[in-house]
Amino acid sequence: MNQQTGVNFGASIKDAVIAGLLALIVFGPIVGVLLDGYDFSARPGDLATIVAVVMFGRFVISIFVQSDVGRKFLYRHAMKEDGVTVTAPDYKSKMYYILPIVIVIGLLVPFVATKYILTVVILGLIYVLLGLGLNIVVGLAGLLDLGFVGFYAIGAYGLALGYEYLGLGFWSMLPIAAVMAAIAGAILGFPVLRMHGDYLAIVTLGFGEIIRLVLTNWTEFTHGPNGVSAPLPTLFGLEFQRRSREGTPFHEFFGLPFDSAYKYMFVYLILFVVVLAVLYVKHRLTRMPIGRAWEALREDEIACRSLGLNHVLVKLSAFMLGASTGGIAGVFFATYQGFVNPSSFTFFESALILAIVVLGGMGSTLGVVIAAFVLTVMPEMLREFADYRVLMFGILMVVMMIWKPRGLVRVTRKGFATRKGAVK
Amino acid sequence: MSALLQFKDVDVHYGPIQALKKVNLEVNQGEIVTMIGSNGAGKSTLLMSIFGQPRISSGEIIYQGEDISKKSAHYVASNGLAQSPEGRRIFPGMSVEENLLMGTIPIGMAHCDEDMQHMFELFPRLKERRNQRASTMSGGEQQMLAIARALMSRPKLLLLDEPSLGLAPIIVKQIFQILADVASTGMTIFLVEQNANHALKLADRGYVLVNGEIRLTGSGDELLVNPEVREAYLGGH
Repeated sequence: MNQQTGVNFGASIKDAVIAGLLALIVFGPIVGVLLDGYDFSARPGDLATIVAVVMFGRFVISIFVQSDVGRKFLYRHAMKEDGVTVTAPDYKSKMYYILPIVIVIGLLVPFVATKYILTVVILGLIYVLLGLGLNIVVGLAGLLDLGFVGFYAIGAYGLALGYEYLGLGFWSMLPIAAVMAAIAGAILGFPVLRMHGDYLAIVTLGFGEIIRLVLTNWTEFTHGPNGVSAPLPTLFGLEFQRRSREGTPFHEFFGLPFDSAYKYMFVYLILFVVVLAVLYVKHRLTRMPIGRAWEALREDEIACRSLGLNHVLVKLSAFMLGASTGGIAGVFFATYQGFVNPSSFTFFESALILAIVVLGGMGSTLGVVIAAFVLTVMPEMLREFADYRVLMFGILMVVMMIWKPRGLVRVTRKGFATRKGAVK
Repeated sequence: MSALLQFKDVDVHYGPIQALKKVNLEVNQGEIVTMIGSNGAGKSTLLMSIFGQPRISSGEIIYQGEDISKKSAHYVASNGLAQSPEGRRIFPGMSVEENLLMGTIPIGMAHCDEDMQHMFELFPRLKERRNQRASTMSGGEQQMLAIARALMSRPKLLLLDEPSLGLAPIIVKQIFQILADVASTGMTIFLVEQNANHALKLADRGYVLVNGEIRLTGSGDELLVNPEVREAYLGGH
């Protein structure tokens, strides 16, 4: 960028004309020509409007970046320093003050929010879990996994089918589903140990599809596309239905009038506690040797092996821990929906979870939490604009890639502190 | 003197191509041994085959009386063989201290503080940059870091793959001075180099590898004045 202070209108007009030509090429066939029976009819008016909007927008942006404010804005966002910020060992994160407030607010939500808001927040929290799980695999260990939805499906179907065939409830399936998903993670992990990047992505993509296709086609066991119903959690044996097959339901036990919101409140509270627990575990893991090993593996696998890291164990542990988190999320999804069928576990879900991780900042826990809420709660809030959801998604991604290519929250890691007296 | 590391008739193949042909060599306790050779002679292959990458197709690699040619890389690395790999291979996004910390993986954190202190004495430049990300350092500093990281596991044998690669002559000189310091503490070093002049001056013994075969062997000084070596590696002066 040249350092002249004035605004160069000629250059801006040139930019606008180029943008207009590009818009003409892109939108011409899409908007300008309407298929009418076996004929085409031209729509020059619409096309002209779109091109005019694009040209005007480009002109305004071009003027803006030439102004002082714009230049500062660009400069601030042009620092594409890669990697991780390492803070001083004695750095105190602001999170220490924010976190208790968030926890208190989180615990109060079910008692003040309406049932609708509660369901939206539950969905957000489920995606937080999914994002945290995938964050281990993609963000920390650097293994691009496009089939994460497979583990989600295993957790969800684990609850539904475990209830149907074995009579296992929510509480017994929660740990079992985590273990099942972890085993599935190991099964996927073994054959892909030698793979990197694109090849790994394709194999994991296949894995996710295999799980979905098995669930769709093995109709005797999974009821195929018809789906299976899933049980609700119980509070020490008290159920949340209006009428209970055995024992008293929750509302009768406490002498309350029946309200279907109780079950969502209960699911929310369990989920909130589980998310907090998972967050704490993830937080500790990144500070443990295994967390460092994941990050080291992401940075340089050959160096890791030359240092005596067992890359098999490191990769498998990343896959298994990530998968088990996905499995837990699946159990919550099933119990929250009360019903699962294979159409909930398409590739689009995997892409959404991956978008959460990328948008949040690879490896950043806080970023993932924020991104999960943005990407799940925002579409709910903007129901009226449902048709433009994917467009907004795309715009968000483009804007992010330009200004925040490392995600919403840059990964900061506390520097390693040597004990006192060791190094002066 | 017993041989710490010994190659017995080692063959290595990459598919149909034979990279190493009946290589025999030994590294004794407390020695500095160097292996010089031109590009593609098989130097790095030889070093990597100690870690089973690639696996040798015949022969034996004996380390402390045990054949390690079929062991996994991390097993070998956890048993007192530390390597500073070709091209340094430091962790770019980690700070200097964290890189050093990664070096303690095979032995755990027990001696971590003490060893880190020792490394900062050996490499004062690293101490200045201890909280800096490794990717922001110069090539020479990164090489120092790679060597320090290897030393953090308290190895019995230090393997170095071309520590002079891509460095300015004055930095190369520094690196070799540091290697001499390290060796004076009794460390056994096996150095693979293209920079024959420096390597042979430092080494007690040397091997010359040509097209996967050991062509010459002798003490460092002998090889330094050997006409064949002078012709091929030292510019013939």
